[in-house]
Order: sequence, then C-alpha cells, then structure tokens
Amino acid sequence: MDLSSINPVLLIASLMVAATPILLAAIGELVVEKAGVLNLGVEGMMITGAICGFAIAVETGSPWLGFGGAAIGGAALSLLFVLLTQVALANQVASGLALTLFGLGLSALLGQRYVGIKPPPTPRLDIPLLGDLPVVGPILFGHDLILYLGIALIAAVWAALKYSRAGLILRAVGESHDAAHALGYKVVRIRILAILFGGACAGLGGAYISLVRVPQWTEGMTAGVGWIALALVVFASWKPWRVLLGAYLFGGITVLQLNLQAAGVAIPVEYLAMSPYLITILVLVILSKDKSRAPASLGKIFHASH
Amino acid sequence: MTVPLLSLQGLTKAYPGVVANNNVSFDIGTGQVHALLGENGAGKSTLVKMIYGLVKPDSGVMLLNGSPYAPSEPRAARADGIAMVFQHFSLFDALNVAENIALGMETPPAMRDLAKRIREVSETYGLPLDPFRTVGDLSAGERQRVEIIRCLLQDPKLLIMDEPTSVLTPQEVDILFETLRKLKSEGTAILYISHKLEEIRALCDHATVLRLGENVGECVPADTSARDMAELMVGTTLQTPERSGRDLGDVALDISGLSVASPGEFGTALKNLHITVRQGEVLGIGGVAGNGQDELLAVLSGEIQTAADAVRLNGQPVGNLGPTARRRLGLLTAPEERLGHAAAPDMSLTENAMLTGSVRESLERHGFLKWREAQGFAERIIHDFDVRTPGPDNAARSLSGGNLQKFVIGREVLQRPEVLVVNQPTWGVDASAAAAIRQAILDLAANGAAVVCISQDLDELMEISDRFAALNEGRLSTPRDTRDLTIDEIGLMMGGAHGMEVAHV
Repeated sequence: MDLSSINPVLLIASLMVAATPILLAAIGELVVEKAGVLNLGVEGMMITGAICGFAIAVETGSPWLGFGGAAIGGAALSLLFVLLTQVALANQVASGLALTLFGLGLSALLGQRYVGIKPPPTPRLDIPLLGDLPVVGPILFGHDLILYLGIALIAAVWAALKYSRAGLILRAVGESHDAAHALGYKVVRIRILAILFGGACAGLGGAYISLVRVPQWTEGMTAGVGWIALALVVFASWKPWRVLLGAYLFGGITVLQLNLQAAGVAIPVEYLAMSPYLITILVLVILSKDKSRAPASLGKIFHASH
Repeated sequence: MTVPLLSLQGLTKAYPGVVANNNVSFDIGTGQVHALLGENGAGKSTLVKMIYGLVKPDSGVMLLNGSPYAPSEPRAARADGIAMVFQHFSLFDALNVAENIALGMETPPAMRDLAKRIREVSETYGLPLDPFRTVGDLSAGERQRVEIIRCLLQDPKLLIMDEPTSVLTPQEVDILFETLRKLKSEGTAILYISHKLEEIRALCDHATVLRLGENVGECVPADTSARDMAELMVGTTLQTPERSGRDLGDVALDISGLSVASPGEFGTALKNLHITVRQGEVLGIGGVAGNGQDELLAVLSGEIQTAADAVRLNGQPVGNLGPTARRRLGLLTAPEERLGHAAAPDMSLTENAMLTGSVRESLERHGFLKWREAQGFAERIIHDFDVRTPGPDNAARSLSGGNLQKFVIGREVLQRPEVLVVNQPTWGVDASAAAAIRQAILDLAANGAAVVCISQDLDELMEISDRFAALNEGRLSTPRDTRDLTIDEIGLMMGGAHGMEVAHV
C-alpha cells in the first residue's frame, strides 16, 4: 500500500470532472421538479445526449457543436415525455421509466457505428499566468468550459428561483397548479419549458461523460449516473447549492476510492465501490433534516377543469 | 339612469349534461354591494368565473361601464379592475405572504417596496398581516386577509367575494364587513356570494337569486325576510328540522384529559380535552377550521390512537382500538373531506358502502365479501337519503358534493350507531338536503344515540345541538346549554377575533 502515490491536487481536479455529469443532470431535474413534474427519464436523456454529442463531435470535429447537439438531443427526448405527461396526461412515473428504457435502446442503435472511435479532444481553458499557479492553477483554472458552465448553472438556477419573478412563478406552479391556474398562469406551458430545460441539462451531462470524462462511446456508458442525479435532487432538498455539494461529494469519493484501489488499500474492492453511494446519501440525509419538503404538486397530473 | 358598472345580459353557459347558466341578466352599480344567492349547483360559481375570465360564456354579453367586456383570461379581467377572492383559497402554502401577493399582480414592485405597501394597505383597512410569514402557518382568517389585500393592491372597481365568511369567527366577520363598507364608501362595487342570509341582509344593497342556472328574482335584502329569500332560492317551502324533547340516558362517550400531538405538519395539537356525551344528546363543537377539528375526529374515529383510558365508550376503554374495532362497538364517524377520506373517489357506491359497513351490517364472512348484501345496503342508503345517482354502481367521484355528503352521512346513520361523530355534516349541501341530514341526526339522537357534531356553521349547531363547545387552538371550551347562548358569547368562546382588535377601521 502506497498512499503517497495519491496526489491531492490531481485528486481535487479530477473529482470536479467526475462530478460534473451528475451536477448537470441534477440541476436540470431540480428545475423540473420545482415546477411540479417528476421526470424519471434522466438516465435515458443522459445516454441519448451522450451519443448525440459524441456522434456530432466526431462528424464535425468540433466538441462544442457536439455539446450543443447533446443538449438538443436530450431536450428532444424529453419532448416525448412532454407529449405523454402534459398533453396525454399519462402517469409521470411510468412515462419516466419508459423514457429511460427508450433512451437506452435508442442510444445503442444510434451508437453502433461509433464504438471504438476517439472523439476530438475538448480544449481546456488555458490562461497563461493563472493556470501556472501551483495547486490553485490545476484545480481552479485548468478545466474545460462545460465544467464552469455547470457551476454557473447552479448559481444561475439558485438566483433565478430565489430572486426572479420567473422563478417565483415556477415555484408557484410546482406548489399548487390549481391555484396558479386560477391566477391565470399557463401551468402546462411553464412545465413544458422546465422539462425541456431538464432534458437539455441531462443531455449535456451525458455528453460530458462521452466527450470528456471517458472519452469514448460504449453502450450504456452512463451506468446509473442519471439515477444518482435523481436521488441527489431529493436528498439535496431541492436546493441548488446542496446539489453542488452532493455531486462533488459523490464525485470526490468515487475518485478517492479508485485511487485507494490503485494504491492497494487492504479493504475489499466491493466496499470501496459502494462507499460513494453510502457516504453521499448519509451526508445529505443528515443535511435534509430541516423543514424543507418536496414541491406540493410534485408528480400530480394537472387537468384544467373549468 | 346612469350606466351600471357591470351589466350582464343573457349569459348562457352549458356543460355536457347541464346548463350551468341560462340567460342570466342583471346589473351591478358603482359602489353597490350586490349579493348573488343560490343553492349549490345553482350556477353562482360558473357565473363569477365568466366575469373573472376563467370561463367563456356560450352566448350573451357583458358590458363594463357601457362598453363590451369579454375577458379572455383572469389577467385581462384584473387589468380591467375586476378582482376576486376565492372560496377555496388560491394560495401557495410554502411561499410567504409577499410572494403570494406578488403572484397575483401583473407588475409587482420589488419585494421590499411590496412589503411596505402590504403593511400600508393592511393598516388602512384594519387587516394586520406580516408580509414575510409563510402562508402555510397562517390561520384561515389570516389567509383570507392575504387574498383580500392581494385584490386591494390593484385598486379594483369590482371585488368578487365567493363565500368569504365560511371560515371566520363572528368577530372576524364584523371586521370584514367594516372593511367592505369602507371599500363601498370609496366607490368599489362588491359582488358578494353567500348562502348565509342574515349576513346578506346586514351587508348587501341588492340581491339576485339564482336557481338551477336561472335568475329567479331580485330583492332588496334589508326589506326581505331570510325565510322568503331561502324559499326563493329553493323554490319550495322549507321544512325546519324538528327537535322533540327527549330524555338523556347514561354517559355514552367520555373523554377526560386527552392531549395529542398533531400528525400533520400544519396541524393543531389537542390540549387537555374533556368531553362527555350522554345517550340521546347532541353535542355541537364549533370553532374556526384548523383549530383541531380534524385531529379531534381522528382521535374519536381511531385514526389517532391514545391511551386506552383516554376515550371511553359506554364505560369501556377504547382509546387504543383502531377504527374497525370501534365500529364493532358502535362508535361511528363521518369525516369532513368527502373525497379521499369519507369515501374512496374511484370506487363504486357499493364498494364504499362495504368499506365502512362490513362490520356492523355483516357484509363479510370468513374474509369473503357478500356483494349482494352490500349492494342492498347501498341501495337502502340511496333510497332513504334521497341520493341522486343512476345507481349504486356509479363511482363516488361522479356524485355532486351534496349528494355524496348525503351518502356518507346516510351510510353511518343506517348502521345504527350508539355514538356518531360527524364533521361538517352539511358542508356544501343545499338547504333542503341540509335540513334532511339535520333531521336524520336529530332522529338518531331521539332514538337514544349520542351524537357529536363538529361544524363551522353556527346556525346549524344552534339548531340541532343540546350543548355547545368551541375548539380554539386545540383547546375545548366548557360545553354550555345552547338555549341560553348568544352569537356574541359563541364568538368569544371561539377565540374572539384572533388579534384583530388592534385594527382601526
């Protein structure tokens, strides 16, 4: 066992990369749930985003077009969820599960030609002086733009929900769709926009796995990250900064346990592998002991009966 | 003659199977308090929804200050100076007062300015309110103040109020009326919907009566007796329930020193409750909603279990028994919420009859259900309580509120309870059906059953109960004989005006 082989600076830098897919998917789902919709299709939208982003990046040679395509792909798949739950008023849980299964199958079909190919590399931010600083440089200034976009999204969603009128209306719709309707707000339209935003975020998160974190395409490569993101939203009590905390905690322990495995720590691999799930859930459960609760209309079908 | 503020001409709105409004016409003048009277299902709600832009009329026109008015959505109605206070409050529990008010405005100012304006308006009209409290923690009266202030901040020309007093204590009603009179003196017209006739006589300048969607008459409430108005609403002569003198038997239900924490987040804990009800007696329990009524019902039904000795039925401790065991012993309950608590909405009436009747009506044997007998029981309820439905196979949800209420009360009454507990037995039920339900409760008591009637309708409690007690913040006042109680005393028992005395109007 050789713990000195673990470099703390690299560890922190790589945990930020590991956390970003979860972070992106979870902040999107948070907005969806704040609007009162439970979309269990995050995993399906992520994997669809992963292959759309990968394919477009490979075909065009531009990772940025790839990320754009991933966001559009995720949103397009969520449109199916919109059709089922907001137009046909189908059950949200069943529709979300179907969306995940559909997304997994669709991505496998789309990805047949892309197995074993290397995508174009995503450029990292290269700031001459700041990037060369010891410790701080690689942690804060050595990443790609999408990672910063994820953190910026957390801040933006937090500020929008807390301070903007649009955020207030979104929360109101999630809290009581009947009351919001009585006041004349367009419940369905607001929810559709939220679902599309959630789909785009999940797509971005998926593409971050296939273009940056791994980077290559394999079937089912999101491997449950979408489900972690869903759980994270609940355990983070629907609070954006806690989503960031939870994602970093999860990413951090994932990276740490991989490092520990490599260093040959005398703990069975299975225990190390389960540790990110256990610790993240434990910490967030303790945090969520305050009064916060789910949006009151979460998962309920809205039917304008006037 | 001057142009009326709002003129309705020949409004008609039909839904599949029913005509909600048929050729309704009347005028509301500037600064007039206009009452809209009618039983449930008379079409009052549909009519105001058309004025507020939630529903479009099939035919007919509305004129606002003489020019055509056809709001496509509530936003347009608000822009034209029409505001509405809803019967079932359209508030968001998890948001604070200022946020709730901002949601009802087109272009709200910044939160800090809005909070200041809320304080100003609430002081001017004697409705004290803290802008930063969470609405879920407010009492029903305070929640209504939020709605009223939300409307007042938009300087409405016409304020629509749908059953505003059903959740208020008498003192709070007085203060609400002062606020409304002040508004009227400032030139605001008010369309006031209610079925409480004495209130309308005290407040309103003019009344329009709807029956089955049609305008059946207009009157000046101050010059018309409540009974005449009621008969105009119903269309027939009203029967007042009769109370025959009866002898009280032994103590049937005995609760002593009961304290229970509320199971819900926004509920009320019960504190040191003492109740005794004797055979043949009706105990009325009043109080503003949310002061422990639901918890009291749950304690009596067995949904909340306590120490065995805390609740005694005919001397036998039952506090630790569940609802089915209590039903077997003769303690039956009918909760307030019809859909989802008293009845399972998507199950048929037969199935619903089975759900509470299986024990006392012997509708099951060795775990197997006797459907034929259950259907017979459901048919008996439908027949005896005049429930309007095509048959017992219909889902509970398909019945109108009043008909389902008759069904859930009838279902318990027909099981020959020894103690019957009802919560809001005639809530949302029209006058003639309410009279029938009250008569059934009185008949039950005359046959020796003990009845606890929890209600927010004080007239109802005065009419049927022998003794009256009030719930206030989970405490029960000492029961008093109803014959020598005045409405003012009842108001004080209910906890007065909940801090409204500080208001100056």
